[in-house]
Amino acid sequence: MNKLWLIIGREYLSRVKKKTFILTTIFAPIGFVIFWIALIFIMSSGAETKKVALLDPSNILKIEETGKLRDGLIMYNYPKEDLESLKKTFEEDGFRGILHIPKQNLDSMTTNFEIEYYSNESLGMNTESNIKEGIEQRIKKLKMTQLNVNELTLSRLETKIEVLPKNIGAAEKEVSSYRAKIATILGYIMMILIYSVIFIYGNMVMRSVMEEKTNRIVEVLISSVKPFQLMLGKIIGVGAVGLTQFAIWAITLPLLYLGVAFVFAGKLQAVQQTLNTSTTSQTPDIGDIGAIWQELQNFNYTYIVVIFLIFFLAGYLLYASLFAAVGAAMGDDWGEGQSLTLIITIPVIIAFYIGFAVVENPTSTLAVWASMFPLFSPIVMPARIVFDPPIIEVVMSIVILIVTGIFFTWVSGRIYRIGILMYGKKTTIKDFMKWMFRKD
Amino acid sequence: MNVLELKDVRKTYQEHVACNNISFDIPEGKIFGLLGPNGAGKTSLIRIITTITRADSGSILFRGEPLNSTHPSQIGYMAEERGLYKKMKVEEQITYLARLKGLTKKEAKKELGYWLEKFNIQDWRSKKVEELSKGMQQKIQFITTVIHKPKLLILDEPFSGLDPVNANLIGDEIDELHKQGTTILFSTHRMEQVEQICEHIVLINKGTNVLSGSVSDIKAQFKEFLFEVSYRGALPNNIEEHITIISQDASKVVVKLRDVEHANNFLKYLLHHGTIVTAFNEILPTLNEIFIKIVGGKSDE
Repeated sequence: MNKLWLIIGREYLSRVKKKTFILTTIFAPIGFVIFWIALIFIMSSGAETKKVALLDPSNILKIEETGKLRDGLIMYNYPKEDLESLKKTFEEDGFRGILHIPKQNLDSMTTNFEIEYYSNESLGMNTESNIKEGIEQRIKKLKMTQLNVNELTLSRLETKIEVLPKNIGAAEKEVSSYRAKIATILGYIMMILIYSVIFIYGNMVMRSVMEEKTNRIVEVLISSVKPFQLMLGKIIGVGAVGLTQFAIWAITLPLLYLGVAFVFAGKLQAVQQTLNTSTTSQTPDIGDIGAIWQELQNFNYTYIVVIFLIFFLAGYLLYASLFAAVGAAMGDDWGEGQSLTLIITIPVIIAFYIGFAVVENPTSTLAVWASMFPLFSPIVMPARIVFDPPIIEVVMSIVILIVTGIFFTWVSGRIYRIGILMYGKKTTIKDFMKWMFRKD
Repeated sequence: MNVLELKDVRKTYQEHVACNNISFDIPEGKIFGLLGPNGAGKTSLIRIITTITRADSGSILFRGEPLNSTHPSQIGYMAEERGLYKKMKVEEQITYLARLKGLTKKEAKKELGYWLEKFNIQDWRSKKVEELSKGMQQKIQFITTVIHKPKLLILDEPFSGLDPVNANLIGDEIDELHKQGTTILFSTHRMEQVEQICEHIVLINKGTNVLSGSVSDIKAQFKEFLFEVSYRGALPNNIEEHITIISQDASKVVVKLRDVEHANNFLKYLLHHGTIVTAFNEILPTLNEIFIKIVGGKSDE
C-alpha cells in the first residue's frame, strides 16, 4: 500500500512539476480569455456607427413632422440640399453615403418600396439590413396611422406559443421548454470532457508505460514492487494530474470570465446593444432570460456532478488500463503499436458519435443500450444524465461499468506484467490473449 | 548458513524450457558466480530469485524461509539492461528507488549523502539523469542497487559497458561489500572476471545445471596434470618415452603427466639426469577452458 502511494506520488509530482503541465494549465485559460477579448473587440468594432445623409425631397416618410428616424448603427442627418450637389460634397461633410428616397406612392396598400443608396464604397451586408430595418419600421408606423391601428391593437394580434413537454411517466414534474435546450448543452459539455480525458490521459499512461519499458527501468522497479501496483499507481497518478488540471481550470476560468466581464463592461454593453437593436425579433426578452435562469437552478447539480464523476473515474480507469496494457505490449517502436492502439480508439470514437445522437434523442433504444455497454457508457451516459433517465438504468450502467472497469484493470495487469518484460518481438492480438491466461 | 537454496527449480515459457531443474546453494558471505552462455537461462533464473516471475516447480529458500514478496527488500538487483528515469534528478531518482525498497525518507536521504560522497558526485545531485555521462549513470545505477544494504546482491553483467576506470571503481565497491558480509551473486558469461572474483560458481547451459562448486574444487576436478618445468641445461635425451610434451622452448617445457606420483617421479628423473630445475608448477585449467570444454560449441549462440 505504502509503495503504491510512492508510485502515485512520483507519477503525479513528476508531471505536475513539468514545464509543459504548468504552461498548459496556466495558458489554456489565458488563451481562452485572449480569444474572448479579441471576440469582444471584433464584434464591437463591427458595431461602429455610420453617418448617412437621408434625402427625402418628396417627404414621403414624413420625418420632419414626427421627429427623427432612429437606428442603432446608422446615424441619419437630414441636409437641405439636392441630390446632385450633395453627391459632390457628401464625403467632405462626413457622410459615408446618401440615402435617397425617390418619388413614389406610399399608402396602406404599398407592398414594394424603393430607396437609393449612393456611396463610394460597396454596400455592406450590415449596413443594408440596418437601413432596410429602419425604413421598414418607419413605413410600418406610417401605415399604422393610415389604417388607424395603434401599438396596443397590433401587439394584441401577436400570440406567443409555448410548447410544454409533459412527461407521462412523471406527471407531477413540470418541464419547461428551456430545460431540453440547457440539458442538451450540458450533455454535450460532459460528453466532450470525458472523451478528451480518456484520450489525453489514456495516451499519457500509455506513453509512460512505454518509456519505462524502453529505458529498461521497469525490470529494476518490478523487483521491488508488483507490476500491478506499478500499473495502478501510474493510472491513479496520471488521473490525479488530470483532476488537478480540471480543478485549476474550474476555478480560474470563471474568475477570469468575471474579470474580463468587469474590465470590458462598457464594450460588452455596446456589443449587447447592437445585437439587441439590429436583431430585435431574435433577442429573448426579460421573461426568457428569467426562465433560463430559473431552469438552470432547477437542475440537481449534486446528482449530476456525482454521476459525472463516477463515469469520469470509472471510464478513465477502464480505458487507461487498456492503454497501459497496449503500452506494455508495444516495443521501442511507435509504429508497430498503432494497430493495437486502434482497438482502443475505435470504441471511444464510436461512443462519441453515439453520444451526439443520444443528446438529440435521449430516450431512444440506441441511447439505452449504448449507456449499458461499458465501452460506450462513460461517454454516452453523462450525455443522457441531464435528461433524467430512469434511476434503474443509471444504477445498472454504473454497476456494469465499474465491474467491467475492475475486470479490465485486472486483465490489463496480466498483459502488462508479461508485456513489460518482452523485448524485440512484435506483439499480436493473439499474444495478448495468451498473456491474459498465462501463469506467472 | 545459505543465503539462497535452490532445489529443482523449473520454468518454462510455452515450448521453451528456460530452467530445467536447477539446484544450487549460495553460502552466506561468498561471491557466487552464475555462469553460462547467452540464452542459458541466467536472466530467467535471476528473475525468479528476485520474485519478478515465479518458478513452475521446485523450491527456493531465502535465508531458510521459502521465498516470498517480503524478500526483495533484502535483495539488490542490477539488471543487465541498465535503466533510469531520464527526466528525473539524480537525488530524486535514488531516493525514490530506495524508498520502494522500504527505506524511510530519512534513511534514504542519509544513505544518498553517503554514496554521493563516496563516488564524489555530490555536484551532480540535482542534475537530470539524461545530462549525465554513461559512466556516471552506471554509478547511479550501482548506488540504487546497494542503497538499502541488501543481504544478497545480484549483479547481471555488472561490468558490461564500463570503461576500465569505472570498472575498477565498481569492482572495489563489490569487494568492500563482500568484506562487510554481503553475499553476491554474479552473473556473467565472461570467465576471466569470474576467476578473479568468485569463490563458488554454478555453470548452467540450456537451462540445465552442468557444474557447481568452489572454484578450486572445480579446477582440481578438471585438471589434466599439466606441469610447467623451467630448467637450465639440457633435458634427458629419451624423455619422450616417459611423458608427453605439450610445448617446449629453450628453458621451459610443458608436459602432460598421469597423476601426482608420476609428477614426483618425473621430477626425480630430471634431477637424476642432471637437468637444473628452476621451477616446477602445475598448470590448472582456466574456467574459460573448462567452460568451453563442457559447453563446447553447443550453446545457443
